[in-house]
This record gives sequence, C-alpha cells and structure tokens, in this order.
Amino acid sequence: MQITKKDYAELTKKRSPNTKLPKTLTKAFLIGGAICVIGQGFLNLYTRLGFDKIDAGALTSVSLMFIAAVLTGFRIYDKIARHAGAGSIVPITGFANSVVSPALEFKTEGYILGVGAKMFVIAGPVILYGITASVIYGVILYVFGR
Amino acid sequence: MDYLWAFLVGGTICLIGQLLIDLTKLSPARILVSFVVAGVFLSAIGWYGALVEFAGAGATVPLTGFGYLLAEGVKKAVQTDGLIGALTGGFTAASCGLATVMILGLLVSLLFKRGDRVS
Repeated sequence: MQITKKDYAELTKKRSPNTKLPKTLTKAFLIGGAICVIGQGFLNLYTRLGFDKIDAGALTSVSLMFIAAVLTGFRIYDKIARHAGAGSIVPITGFANSVVSPALEFKTEGYILGVGAKMFVIAGPVILYGITASVIYGVILYVFGR
Repeated sequence: MDYLWAFLVGGTICLIGQLLIDLTKLSPARILVSFVVAGVFLSAIGWYGALVEFAGAGATVPLTGFGYLLAEGVKKAVQTDGLIGALTGGFTAASCGLATVMILGLLVSLLFKRGDRVS
C-alpha cells in the first residue's frame, strides 16, 4: 500500500464514520489471519524439509516477502490493501510492500536518491526504533545479568 | 490445529492494528513502528515467546514477530559476546529479512514498470 499523507487523508476520510468499524475490523482479521495461515503452511513445509526452527522461520519470511514483492510489482497488493487495511499492513508482507512500493514508485528519481533512499521511507523508522528497543533490551540484560 | 491458532492469533493482532487505525487515526507507519517496539518489549518480559510457541506463524508473521526476532537475537548475542552483543544481536537476527526485502525492492524497481498509481 502506497502510504503518503494524501493517501492517509483519503483513508481517514473514507473510514471516519465509525459505522464502518465492524466491516473494517472483520476484513483486517480475516485477511491478516489468512496471511498467517499461508505463513504457517510455509513454516510446516520447511520444517518437514529438515530446516531447524530459526532457518525455517527465516525462509518463511523470505517466501512471504517474495510473494508480496511480486504482488506489489503487479499492483495487486495495493488492491488487497484497500480492503484489508491493517490485515495487509501488519503482517511481514506489509513490511515488504512498504519497501517495494516506494522503490518502484520513485524509480523516476533515479536509483540512488529515488529507489535507494525512498525504499526506506517506512522501513527506516521501523528499523531505527526496532533496533533501538533491542539495544536497550540488550544493555538491560547485560547490566542485570541475563 | 496449528493452522487454526495461526489464523486466530494472527488475525487478532491485525485486528488490534485496525482498531488503532480506525480509532486513533495513527498512520500505518506509526502502527508498524509501534508493533515492532511492542514486539521487542513483550519478548523481553517473556510473553511473546510463549505466544510464538502457541501460535507459530500467527505470532511470527505479524510485525510484532520482527520485534521478537530482534529481542531473541540480542538475548543470544549478549549471552555469548557480552555487552557488544547488545549492538550486534538485533541486526544479526534481522539480517536475512532485511537483505531480502532490500534486494526485492531493487529487483522489482528494475523489472517492473512504474505505471499509473492506483489510488
């Protein structure tokens, strides 16, 4: 999903009447749940192929992100996202979409400041604050001994 | 049975995200950031690990699972390497996912046409 200020304003306008709340919640639940079921399918498959827990999990993420990237390239993910809302934003596929979508969109501005910079417009903050939280956790673990 | 729990737990986490979007007007970017940080925090206090055991991909596929991955990576690195592990653990654990998503972003921008934006 292409998340710009304008889109977000449109989204909020579209969703502001809370009469639509049950519908958006149901869609987010069903589509988000379905994406996790597909993930579970990959996880079971890779586990059966003999990968350990960590590798099977990593391969599951790679598979889901690959599918999301292709669907983003064909403009299908954006269409799903218009219905699914958080159901397509919160799963790892949404993270992949948040990288691939601006990368493609800003191709016209070149591969350095277009693709290279803009692909991190959402992933950048996610990585920054995720890593910051993990470093704080690590320091606490170290100071208080495990 | 693991599919059912994956569906229910994964769906519920997305539903919480949708509630935040609808009721608080938080932008999707803020939702993603909060979910990753929440994932790190819930893993640190030991709750998220239990949820992962229980719900499998239902807990690891949502972005809170990315936070779980970071927290687990840091925990392991601090145990083996000490304080430097606090700096290396997160990126080490996330390296596979981050490298993948960057390569995919580059490949799609190379292979696909920009096209008209669907809004």
